[in-house]
Amino acid sequence: MNIIEQLRRSWAITKKDLSVFYLKGPVVISGLLIPSFLFIAFVFGRKFSLEFLIPGLLGMALFVTVSSIGPVIAPWETRMRTFERLVSAPIALWAIILGDIMASLLFGLFITLFIVCVSVILLGTGILSLTLIVGTILAAFCFSSLGLVISAPPTDNPSNIMMLSSLIKFPLIFISGVFVPISEMGQWKIISFISPLTYYTDLARYSVEGSNYFSPNVDLLVLFGFSILFFVIAVKGHKKSLSKRF
Amino acid sequence: MYAIKVEDLTKQFNGFTAVDHISFMVNYGELFGLLGPNGAGKTTTIRMLTGILKPTTGTAFIGEYDIQKKPLEAKQLMGIVPEMANAYIDLSAIRNLLLIGELYGIQKKKRIEKAENLLRLFGLYEKRYQKVRTFSRGMKQRIIVAMGLMNDPQLLFLDEPTSGLDVESVRLIRELITEFNDKGIAVILTTHNIEEANQLCDRVAIMNHGKIVAIDRPEKLKRTIQSTTSIEVAFDKKVEPGEIIFKGVSEVKKVGDKLRLYTEKPEEIIPVLVKYAGSSGNKIISLNTLAPNLEDVFLKLTKKREE
Repeated sequence: MNIIEQLRRSWAITKKDLSVFYLKGPVVISGLLIPSFLFIAFVFGRKFSLEFLIPGLLGMALFVTVSSIGPVIAPWETRMRTFERLVSAPIALWAIILGDIMASLLFGLFITLFIVCVSVILLGTGILSLTLIVGTILAAFCFSSLGLVISAPPTDNPSNIMMLSSLIKFPLIFISGVFVPISEMGQWKIISFISPLTYYTDLARYSVEGSNYFSPNVDLLVLFGFSILFFVIAVKGHKKSLSKRF
Repeated sequence: MYAIKVEDLTKQFNGFTAVDHISFMVNYGELFGLLGPNGAGKTTTIRMLTGILKPTTGTAFIGEYDIQKKPLEAKQLMGIVPEMANAYIDLSAIRNLLLIGELYGIQKKKRIEKAENLLRLFGLYEKRYQKVRTFSRGMKQRIIVAMGLMNDPQLLFLDEPTSGLDVESVRLIRELITEFNDKGIAVILTTHNIEEANQLCDRVAIMNHGKIVAIDRPEKLKRTIQSTTSIEVAFDKKVEPGEIIFKGVSEVKKVGDKLRLYTEKPEEIIPVLVKYAGSSGNKIISLNTLAPNLEDVFLKLTKKREE
């Protein structure tokens, strides 16, 4: 069965995910509010310029929203007994996972676009560049794939995966140059290199402030590498756990 | 040409053998029942045949495709109604069907047409835009069976399709299963309901402890255990089972207000019963001879394995 046909079926999964999991009032509102509140809570009372804050907010919003729902889809579908039908349909597991990733990606991009629009109004200047657009799409794919890696354990309890997701996501936010620039992290900055969010935040700083730690090409290349790595791990992880889901 | 050919299929989970070297074939147009007590390995067998679980050894061919080597091509030929499966409750009935249509690569115009036809057939057309969340259990199951038919399958797997449903839904689903089977679709039906298997199936396989202990046409299976022919008798006054274990009666069971005597020679036992009633001052209210049913076969075969 050819890849184009599988991609078409993957798109059906994306549309299903968007309808069932994402395009609901509370999900959209919490997608906007959670990163915003989290960000406000950390910057309140501290003197940062908007130019410094907005790349961090952009990075965090994309990271939090893209990886918010994706991880719970597999356990939710296992619990609701819809997953067995999906995997018994003539669609490859990689295409199901890609469909889930694309739904997360589109949701994250929608929320991020909203934040970008607000940022443009606040800054009064354009922050968009081709590099940032490509980087944002790549980062959304990367973070979404990470979400699918997190959802691989064969549980039917979404709260177990939510806990695992929080354990992984929140430390990453703090080590990725969202609140503290990498250059000011001293010897601890080496930890930030393991986080894909570091490279997206760095790219966003380049687009807004014009300065960054890595070169934009390195950021894009590393995000691409992480995307491939997470996607492969997600497919292998789900393949391994599939027989234990039922 | 067979619709499905199972060869030496085995599945082990951490050393426990759930399915133990089973082999069988199902032809197109055949309605094949898979019977067995809980834990017999029926659902594990179906999951291997539908490509959800990987067998430890053996394989199965769906049409010409090996489910291990060409899973997507094999799945394309199947319709599946998994045990206790669910439709997406937050999608409408028609959206659920259209989603399955897309997953099977059916073109847009055709899948809308097909979905609407199935909704009409299953009596859900008027409620096609309602979310499945609002449906009764019977209506949900009808949608699930309809989803299994979206791709015009050559082979339909039904895992407990009528379990716990209302009479109307059970009748509708059974009628439609038979109707689609008459069109040449091979149907593999897993059920706890022995009478359902007896009524619907051309052949049944009885599974126990992961093995197939018998496989044949229901009537032939019944003939293999003639010893379970029984006489059901109701007396005017109460009689304890122990009082009527006559020579030639293997067992007496109390069934409601009646007593059932298992014997190989009912014609010899009936006069003895009449004589007993006369001598004990009792009257026979009703008396019937019963041929063995599939349940008797099932119990005998599965019990034999236990022993």
